[in-house]
Amino acid sequence: MRRSGITSFVLWVCLTILTLLPVWWMLVVSMRPRVKLYSKSFLIDDLYWDNFLAVLNSSTFLQYLWNSLIVATSNAALVCALGLLAAFGLSRYKISGGDNVFFWLITNRMAPPAVFLLPLFLLFTKWFVFGDFMLFDTKIGLILLYCVFNLPFAIWLLKGMLDGIPLELDEAARVDGATTGQVLSHVILPLARPGLAVTFILTWIFAWNEYLFAATLTSSAGARTVTTALAEYVSVTGTNWGEMAAMAFLTTLPALVVLGFVQKHIVTGLTFGALKG
Amino acid sequence: MRQSNIGWLFLAPATLILFVVGFVPFIYILYVGFFDWNTNAVDPTLRWAGLQNYRSLVFDTTFLNSLARTLVFAFFVVVSELLLGYVLARALMADRLWGRQFFRTIHTLPIVVAPIAVGATWRLLCVPGFGIVPYYLKLWFGIDYNISTNAYHAFSTAIIMDLWHWTPFVTLSLMAGLTALPKEPLEQAQIDGGNKLQIFWYVIVPMLKPVLLTTVFIRLMDALRSVDEIWMLTKGGPAEATRFIGLHIWINVFPKTDYGYGAAMSLLTLYVTIVLSWLLFVAMTGRKGGAQ
Repeated sequence: MRRSGITSFVLWVCLTILTLLPVWWMLVVSMRPRVKLYSKSFLIDDLYWDNFLAVLNSSTFLQYLWNSLIVATSNAALVCALGLLAAFGLSRYKISGGDNVFFWLITNRMAPPAVFLLPLFLLFTKWFVFGDFMLFDTKIGLILLYCVFNLPFAIWLLKGMLDGIPLELDEAARVDGATTGQVLSHVILPLARPGLAVTFILTWIFAWNEYLFAATLTSSAGARTVTTALAEYVSVTGTNWGEMAAMAFLTTLPALVVLGFVQKHIVTGLTFGALKG
Repeated sequence: MRQSNIGWLFLAPATLILFVVGFVPFIYILYVGFFDWNTNAVDPTLRWAGLQNYRSLVFDTTFLNSLARTLVFAFFVVVSELLLGYVLARALMADRLWGRQFFRTIHTLPIVVAPIAVGATWRLLCVPGFGIVPYYLKLWFGIDYNISTNAYHAFSTAIIMDLWHWTPFVTLSLMAGLTALPKEPLEQAQIDGGNKLQIFWYVIVPMLKPVLLTTVFIRLMDALRSVDEIWMLTKGGPAEATRFIGLHIWINVFPKTDYGYGAAMSLLTLYVTIVLSWLLFVAMTGRKGGAQ
């Protein structure tokens, strides 16, 4: 028992190093001046911030960062609200064809984004046009679009959680004269709050991390997101590795911060997703 | 359960949004796939082409190779992640492991990193002339590792990158599944004298099946459509060695504006994805009865 404990400890130390290495290297490179870039040492020699300052002084990058923040937050909020309603409907009512609807909802997440790029591009530029307004190259377009992968995920997670809330609680509330709205707001919502928080955070991260849709369906600084900034930067500048690493780190940072706070809940979230599959 | 159509009221908003951004595009490519449509051609209008796009697709070796490459990639990635993830889940669950929470947090890290940043990071690691991976492989093992000229190196780097990125997800969900397993059947099997392998195969696997199914399902879907990381790492190269199907569609359709053909390509890819997931579903649920 003791020996196996040591083995697994050693295994985990090795694994941790492997996991951290790429992220650490990104940080090391981001703190190197141009003259030292080709050094192969694994250590941060001195705290050199110019790469970060250069990235953060670019107004385009800040604009992209802001866009990402708005898109990810609005999308996560929208998805949580609609996901909770849908999960409530699916979990608490016997809907004719409900299973089929659930299956169809979930299959949307399975859809390869590359498959949907073309039709969405065409629809956004040619069909979803209202007067001067078209969905192409807008934050609203992205917010709606990210529902394709986030909404099924939210419904899936939340349905699992609502199924775990005993039906007797609903019934008891109804016997006491609660309306459906009150059941939802006074029974389900408080109990589902941890689940909602997990759903919000995970969908927020998925939206923040998305690249392909953002790259194809936006074209101006008004809507492009931080992931497209990183990709554009790489193709434009080629070998300015220091600034590229700094930008990659800044792109990753919010997700890392979130991870620190909610790591336990991410596990819980994935538990629900897995067990209620 | 209440027998009522009120349930539909709750489902309606989500269904409506997914109808617009999920179902309408699907119908739309189905439609466009039957036409010859190139907005930059001499005739930029839609012209009826019947099944011509699909007929050309069957002989399009670049497309078919890229599809096959994606399947190979997905197979390797899903199988290795499942095995690795299971071993790691068991290791992480060892009793009295010092610093368990710390390890868990670190291990969760790659999941939340944006794929585009993962690609950028691995590019920093692996790019010839700059990265530490080629440098130390040469220095320590004398291996000439070069992802921009060697197709095999590029492909295996893509796989390893994906393992780094997604094994933690598999580990975490299997861990969750293992934690939730009831203890009695395991103890009973031990009392009955089952060995480790028997217990694993006849007790743990059947009980873990829903979790396994879900995990493999999610991983397969994601592996089949990975684009961002590869785009940042190799741009699909060298030549077409790491050009997976999503990337192929993306870098082909938009510059060429060949929408009809692109639609057919997208639809066929979707079809393959659906068939694969369905086969997986049948295979894994079908075996359930036999094992018990």
